[in-house]
Amino acid sequence: MEVTLQDLTKTYPSRSKKSRELVVAVKDFNFKIPDGTLIGLLGPSGCGKSTTLNLISGLQKPTKGKIFFGEEDVTNLLPEHRGIGLVFQNYALYPHLTVKQNILFPLENLKGKDKLSKQEMAEKAMDIAKLVQIEELMDRKPGELSGGQQQRVAIARALVKMPRVLLLDEPLSNLDARLRLQTREEIRRIQKETKITTIFVTHDQEEAMSISDLIVVMNKGIVQQIGNPQAVYDNPDSLFVAKFLGTPPINVFEGQIKNQHLYIGEEAVLQLDPLTKEHTPRKVFAAVRPEAFVLKEDGPLSCKLSGVEVMGRDVSVVSTNSASLTPKIRSIISAENKLETANPVIRFALRPKKVFLFDKETEKRIYVNLVSQSEGGMA
Amino acid sequence: MKLFLSQKFNTWKGWLYLLPALLFLGVFMLYPLVDVFIYSFEEGYNSASQTYFGIGMYNYSYVLHDPYFLQAVKNTFLLVLITVPLSTGIALLISVGLHSIRPLRELLQTIYFLPYVTNTLAVGLVFMILFKKTAYSDGFVNLILNWFGAGPVDFIDGPYWAKMFVLCFYTIWVVMPFKILILTSALASVNQDYYRAAKVDGTSNFRIFWKITLPMISPMIFYLIITGFIGAFKAYSDVVALFGTDLNAAEMNTIVGYVYDMLYGDSGGYPSYAAAAAILLFSIVLTVTCLNLLASQRKIH
Repeated sequence: MEVTLQDLTKTYPSRSKKSRELVVAVKDFNFKIPDGTLIGLLGPSGCGKSTTLNLISGLQKPTKGKIFFGEEDVTNLLPEHRGIGLVFQNYALYPHLTVKQNILFPLENLKGKDKLSKQEMAEKAMDIAKLVQIEELMDRKPGELSGGQQQRVAIARALVKMPRVLLLDEPLSNLDARLRLQTREEIRRIQKETKITTIFVTHDQEEAMSISDLIVVMNKGIVQQIGNPQAVYDNPDSLFVAKFLGTPPINVFEGQIKNQHLYIGEEAVLQLDPLTKEHTPRKVFAAVRPEAFVLKEDGPLSCKLSGVEVMGRDVSVVSTNSASLTPKIRSIISAENKLETANPVIRFALRPKKVFLFDKETEKRIYVNLVSQSEGGMA
Repeated sequence: MKLFLSQKFNTWKGWLYLLPALLFLGVFMLYPLVDVFIYSFEEGYNSASQTYFGIGMYNYSYVLHDPYFLQAVKNTFLLVLITVPLSTGIALLISVGLHSIRPLRELLQTIYFLPYVTNTLAVGLVFMILFKKTAYSDGFVNLILNWFGAGPVDFIDGPYWAKMFVLCFYTIWVVMPFKILILTSALASVNQDYYRAAKVDGTSNFRIFWKITLPMISPMIFYLIITGFIGAFKAYSDVVALFGTDLNAAEMNTIVGYVYDMLYGDSGGYPSYAAAAAILLFSIVLTVTCLNLLASQRKIH
């Protein structure tokens, strides 16, 4: 089912009695979610992603805007008439009912012509249990299950009525690291098999990037960027998106563009493509991905080494630079590189594709082509 | 060896910490309990000379054949069987009501809680004024009954059913605030996500109450039923507040009242009979509580 959000806005009256201002939870959200895709709503807490999910589910009413499922306007429909399945962050499995009774619960609510016989209900429940692989747990109570198993039961309960849209609220946040990895693949598999349009909310960028067809990055109620996870990572529109995606996080420096070069501190680290002309010097934020750093003896960027963390395949080099906005700079370097730890100063060259420039006021991306010093051939 | 010694020392220290509590429990709980048990078998015990004729079941036989005791047992059981289910049921209705309305909720909760902080005897007095029929006035309740064309009934000195009605009414009214307090907090502690999940699945309100709310608060309901049973079995001060101290004459005595009368009442001075009656009450309460626990193990999630 294609889901269309049109100027979707939700405001709350302010909690404090002094100000009459409205708190904007979601502002002018416009997006057409293609049929059968898995969408990750991503952002820090309070960014409006959960509100968006609640608006789509119908548990909350939008202040403005419309929601369409396919051609049908569902903005004023009650949750139970929208044909959605919702998985809660804490799963909200009824603790006094067995797994089977939990899965049957939505089916038993059906009335009139939709009413199913006991036989049909049991069959449907069994089919869905097989899909999420919990058929041998049917007679247990939720309290006797592990977090991952509870998660599957919650998904089964949401899917048993074959909803038009499946909504998941922070589906992995209650699981430990290992289960999280397993379960997110599981969610992906179930979504692919059922082909149900699925929207899930998360604050964990890795989670969103790893399984989504499209991610929506939100901040303070406003959509920052929508796109294929890799594309958003490789080409962030704003400093917020650049900072939010990626672990370790991106390193931000105070920089300057002058004389066709990008300066970090006093050092010219990259060259502007000769075809792009930026004549007036301007101050910028230069955001450098950890994997952009290359150890090089005569590299243009010098940093003070403060530590090395070996992580197996890679080495994380921690250093400092006076132009950096964060106290530490983290760079990821292949473990094969020999690092002279005796020397307090290390020098890096930067990979131009992994360096992004942002306007200092608007924090929007400045699109200029950067090239390495040597390739430019002028310096 | 050293480890063994230190373990021994630790056990010794543990007992030392327990000592104050054990001492109090022993002196004020265990000793009297055992003593009452012994008294109940001592025939013809005289508290002045501390002598008795022999050991046997005579005290029990006397108490069980005493019409006043049988009356007290009947009254107590009627009181328990009527007030416990009714008060719990009504408290549940009121709590659900209070929980589902938003405006004035706090005010109403306070009002419903007020009887709890009011003195039993004061409430009893008010009830007596409401229900009593005197030479000068028929009382407030009879005034209302009169509007509906029903004749005046003497609720305090009149027929048995009328007195029992007042007693049950009074008991329910007195225990209600505590039950409402417990149930409203139990309702408030149910995670809202269960209701949202049920709503998304299109569950009717009746089914939500029956299938989600009730099982979720069932441990608290069960707690109220058990404490309600125990409390009602031990009823005494309420009866005194309504009907005075000569309860045997009023046919409104309870088991605890009977025990008290046997000890200190006008016909008192028989600690052995009192002890036997007390042990009988103890065994009744114990049996009922065990039955309750057994029943709950199947029902409570």
